[in-house]
Amino acid sequence: MNSNINMSNEEYSTYVESKAKKSPIFKNIVWAFLVGGLICTIGQLITNLFLSWGFSKDDATMVCTISLIFLGAFLTAINVYSKIGQHAGAGSIIPITGFSNSVVAPAIEFKTEGYVLGLGANMFKIAGPVLVYGITSSVFVGLIYWIIKLFM
Amino acid sequence: MDMCMELFKVFITGGIICSIGQILIDKTKLTPARILVIFVTMGVILTFLGIYGPIVEFGKAGATVPISGFGYSLGKGVMEAVDTMGFLGIFVGGVKSCAAGIAAAVVFGFLASLFAKPTIK
Repeated sequence: MNSNINMSNEEYSTYVESKAKKSPIFKNIVWAFLVGGLICTIGQLITNLFLSWGFSKDDATMVCTISLIFLGAFLTAINVYSKIGQHAGAGSIIPITGFSNSVVAPAIEFKTEGYVLGLGANMFKIAGPVLVYGITSSVFVGLIYWIIKLFM
Repeated sequence: MDMCMELFKVFITGGIICSIGQILIDKTKLTPARILVIFVTMGVILTFLGIYGPIVEFGKAGATVPISGFGYSLGKGVMEAVDTMGFLGIFVGGVKSCAAGIAAAVVFGFLASLFAKPTIK
């Protein structure tokens, strides 16, 4: 402890960084891991439930997606999802519930600006770019795949 | 026991994918919107390269629930549609396989924001 007094400014700043910055990043990653893993596990339980009711694998996955989107929207509307997000960070952003949250949260915020350009337009504030880049890359992938198939 | 092992794999896979996102947020200051865009695009590309498919086989919902799984179904859908429909499949496949997710997000999102009260800041 006493050796700190003899540190140069540079040494001290690296010392402070090592003490202060690393632990929150590590903590954030652990939270993201646990919450993200948990949401995916809930998704698998929903999928397994519908598989046991005789749904096909693709249909069960689809029902799982729809259920989680509903859950994300519902938890955002009752203001619970943002509280999860304060700790979970990427653990609540990356799962499909986070996509759902990104649809509902700005829509609620801009609701006062009207139902068309306020609520309606802001639903796609974040989901819009996701669809733009997702669909565009899928079309490019399809095109490349189609061209490859021509020569195979 | 099989069930526990399956859920464990799901948990680990989903956890790792979300941790990668968290590292990107902390280290690069990327906004959540950009993280979502990057993950969806990576999902499509990795599916095309045949990398994401095996991850889905191993981690199941752990790989399909994260937004990169949305990219996986976009990529998988477009390739299947090209197989069955040819050229038109390029435009149909991706969105078709994600139709349920997109419609659910629009409808539930609309209803949820319709009934929710704006929070006072």
